[in-house]
Amino acid sequence: MSAAKPRFAIVVFPGSNCDRDCHHVATELLGCDAEYVWHRDTDLKGADVVILPGGFAYGDYLRAGALARFSPVMESVTRFAMDGGPVLGICNGFQVLLEAGLLPGAVRVNRGLRYVCKDVYMRVENASTAFTRLYEPGQVVQMPVGHGEGNYTAPPETLTELEYEAGVVFRYCDETGRVTDEANPNGSTAGIAGIANREGNVVGLMPHPDRCAEGLLGNDVGRKMFESAVAALAPA
Amino acid sequence: MTSGAITPDLIAEHNLSSEEYDRILEILGREPNLVELGVFSAMWSEHCSYKSSRIHLKKLPTTGPRVIQGPGENAGIVDIGDGLAVAFKMESHNHPSFIEPYQGAATGVGGILRDIFTMGARPIASLDSLRFGNLDTPRMRHLVDGVVRGIAGYGNCIGIPTVGGETTFHPAYDRNILVNVMNVGVLPSHRIFRGRAEGAGNPVIYVGSKTGRDGIHGATMASEEFAGDETRQKRPTVQVGDPFTEKLLMEACLELFGMDAVVGIQDMGAAGLTSSSFEMAGRAGSGLEIDLSKVPVRETGMTPYEILLSESQERMLLVTRKDRLDTVLEVFGKWELEAVEIGRVTDSGRIVAFFEGRIVADLPAAPLSEQAPVYDRPRVPPTPILSRGWEELAEPGSYGACLRRILATENVAQKSWIWTQYDHMVGTNTVERPGGDAAVLRLKGTSKAIAIKSDVNPFFCACDPYRGAAIAVAEAARSIAATGARPLAVTDCLNFGSPERPEIMGQFEAAVRGLSDACRTLSTPVVSGNVSFYNETDGRPIPPTPTVGMVGLLEDVSRHVRMPFRREGDLVAILGQTHDELGASEFLRTIHGRDDGPCPEVDLEAERRLVELLLRLADERRLASAHDVSDGGLAVALAECAMTSGLGVDLRLAPGLRPSALLFGETTGRALVTFAPGEESSVRSAAKAAGVPFDLFGRVGGGRLVIAMEGRPLIDEPVADLQELWTTAFARSMEESAEVL
Repeated sequence: MSAAKPRFAIVVFPGSNCDRDCHHVATELLGCDAEYVWHRDTDLKGADVVILPGGFAYGDYLRAGALARFSPVMESVTRFAMDGGPVLGICNGFQVLLEAGLLPGAVRVNRGLRYVCKDVYMRVENASTAFTRLYEPGQVVQMPVGHGEGNYTAPPETLTELEYEAGVVFRYCDETGRVTDEANPNGSTAGIAGIANREGNVVGLMPHPDRCAEGLLGNDVGRKMFESAVAALAPA
Repeated sequence: MTSGAITPDLIAEHNLSSEEYDRILEILGREPNLVELGVFSAMWSEHCSYKSSRIHLKKLPTTGPRVIQGPGENAGIVDIGDGLAVAFKMESHNHPSFIEPYQGAATGVGGILRDIFTMGARPIASLDSLRFGNLDTPRMRHLVDGVVRGIAGYGNCIGIPTVGGETTFHPAYDRNILVNVMNVGVLPSHRIFRGRAEGAGNPVIYVGSKTGRDGIHGATMASEEFAGDETRQKRPTVQVGDPFTEKLLMEACLELFGMDAVVGIQDMGAAGLTSSSFEMAGRAGSGLEIDLSKVPVRETGMTPYEILLSESQERMLLVTRKDRLDTVLEVFGKWELEAVEIGRVTDSGRIVAFFEGRIVADLPAAPLSEQAPVYDRPRVPPTPILSRGWEELAEPGSYGACLRRILATENVAQKSWIWTQYDHMVGTNTVERPGGDAAVLRLKGTSKAIAIKSDVNPFFCACDPYRGAAIAVAEAARSIAATGARPLAVTDCLNFGSPERPEIMGQFEAAVRGLSDACRTLSTPVVSGNVSFYNETDGRPIPPTPTVGMVGLLEDVSRHVRMPFRREGDLVAILGQTHDELGASEFLRTIHGRDDGPCPEVDLEAERRLVELLLRLADERRLASAHDVSDGGLAVALAECAMTSGLGVDLRLAPGLRPSALLFGETTGRALVTFAPGEESSVRSAAKAAGVPFDLFGRVGGGRLVIAMEGRPLIDEPVADLQELWTTAFARSMEESAEVL
């Protein structure tokens, strides 16, 4: 194995507010290198993994993530993703991936019309993406959500495609793994919490793995998402 | 210089007394013009000048070995060791929030955040301390909803977690709600920024949002009581918040602070450009020349009067090093902020404002900011509300039914409906989320954590402002010590009625004395704060509400103690003595519909001993859980430990007092602790050594809350049922219509 540590690029939009949280996970908890990449830059600085963190990219008064896709950095992120590089969008980062067309569908305002910040349960539906390979298929994981617009929706044919091609990565469920309406914090169609592209290298989800990556915060199950990406880089 | 006739009507419109106007004439040696009159009006408003409170506030203890910055700056700062310090302050946004709850509360958050990052600190957490009236009316539910959404809308967007606070309901807040917001930030202890305009010739920079006509004379509005239907007409004085711009401003300032370019900095808060320029020059003994034509404006035709007095949000005034001006402008440019050099520092001691080439105001800086009028207003000592005979009431038929009713009241019910709307986890420092005794945040890169808590019981303060204020400090200290953190220092937000009424000034003086005595005994100096007077409508004032915000330090986050029961089989003990006290209790209000006093007694020395004991037990890792006993008394405290853990408890109370007082009395100076059976002798001897009464009375286990006395169960309820009731009651109150209630 090469001596170089895996390198994360963390994209920073002016209103990103989980950029430093993701940086902490990559560096302090995983011991990797991480660089912030300002939204007007185009150089991903030799990154092995790209993270689009949570926040309110441009204040998001129009629609979450709507303006961020026009940032110069998104061209580089798109190219990186097309070349098979692992890209993870968390919360607002997921919204940016949707707006940029790197993932299909859209999110609307939560069903309850309120911001919601709490722990939810999710079932791992696809444990073979770049960010979920260290989970077991069907495993139930607890992660926090914190969003006002997380109600995932897509045209019927897209939903069918997602379901058939294992595009659904996480689904809201109860503690025992049952997908129920009560367990769904925002009204997402079919309880969809996170999705991937066909190749499995681009993943986006509303819940926050960055907020549950160490025992001190009560739960470290989210750390495996970051570790999955690192594990994939290691030569077999 | 323009000079218009200053008529008595104009002076009255500016909320200045004729004595104050005479003083202006004396200071200037001439008549002021209209712009200058506006400046005096804002600077000498109660809100900016503290003219009625200053002589009393002087009595508060404000120094201590850890205090780096006491009152008088944008925020107070205390040293927490290893080169780190915390900056914190609490502020009110009461009047604006009653007029327009969303924007009022949102801009309250924005304002306090600017106070913190202005000092060079990165804000890490907010608390909100809210008081509302009777929730039975649609209007009040609209206010609660709007305030919560406003705090959420601002805090969530900027990415500073709102980690705790308290919310109480009392009909006396029906027409004057209180929105007090506290923020805490962390900074290197050697790199503090202050609001000082130093160095003649240095440039003065305006940065942030453009100036609009919003909020003109907001500070003056906050210095008047409401009458009749005035709230609708006052709407234009409420500002509108833009958290995205604030986020840019915060990041840009924090970036600049590391570059040795900033000399002094201040937020344009109440009274906008006026207060920031006068205060910055006043503190430094310098002067400023500013050109109002250069101030970026949002609307055409704005007058110098409007530009100086606008309270548009998200604006800062900086004095920078002359040779670093390019760096400063470059950093603000990166963050896409409008930054303009509007003037320079002088050594004239005067603020000279130009507009389109003319001088529109020329005033001495110090007399406006540092030598504002000070009043020793007449006061009458408050008459404590005593018992009106609750001692004669029959004991209730079912204590279990009483407990259920109390758990479902708005004041005691769990407030997850509120805090799930706040992002309380962003920043990934929140070790103890909302709902515990105090919020606990770890400090990355260290083993430390800080505990923060806001507190005041307005029912106690209504009965006895002195004791109520002292208890607020004691309870905050107890809550912080229950987490294992040492209480360090206090910020306060003193909410009262009109200072022009002797009974209100009597309440104020008593409350400040209570704070002062408690802060001295508990070694928690007051390092920052805010006074909000005129919280009354049509002559009906709020109860005295001296909100206390306290910060504590946990040297080793792994010694953090939590509230929920932890293990089956642990022993349960109560520390502190219970008295026959039901005055001002939730029990009397809910079960008997009475607001009798007296306020419970407070023994500050005993509180200090309890704090020290809790700290020692946490430090020696003896405890499985700890919880302060307060609202709703022992039964509610036990229920909270049970409901948050899902574990039951079996207790035997010693006879002596009336059971209702034992179960529901709100005697101060008590905490519940649990520990493994093997720790019993150590805990017992530590309590003895500390001089704190110790009563071992039960064991954790099972699924029921059982409290018995002399073999007879007083309460025997399934924990799951109580939990369901407690966690859902508040949401139901918010959603139900008044008719159903």
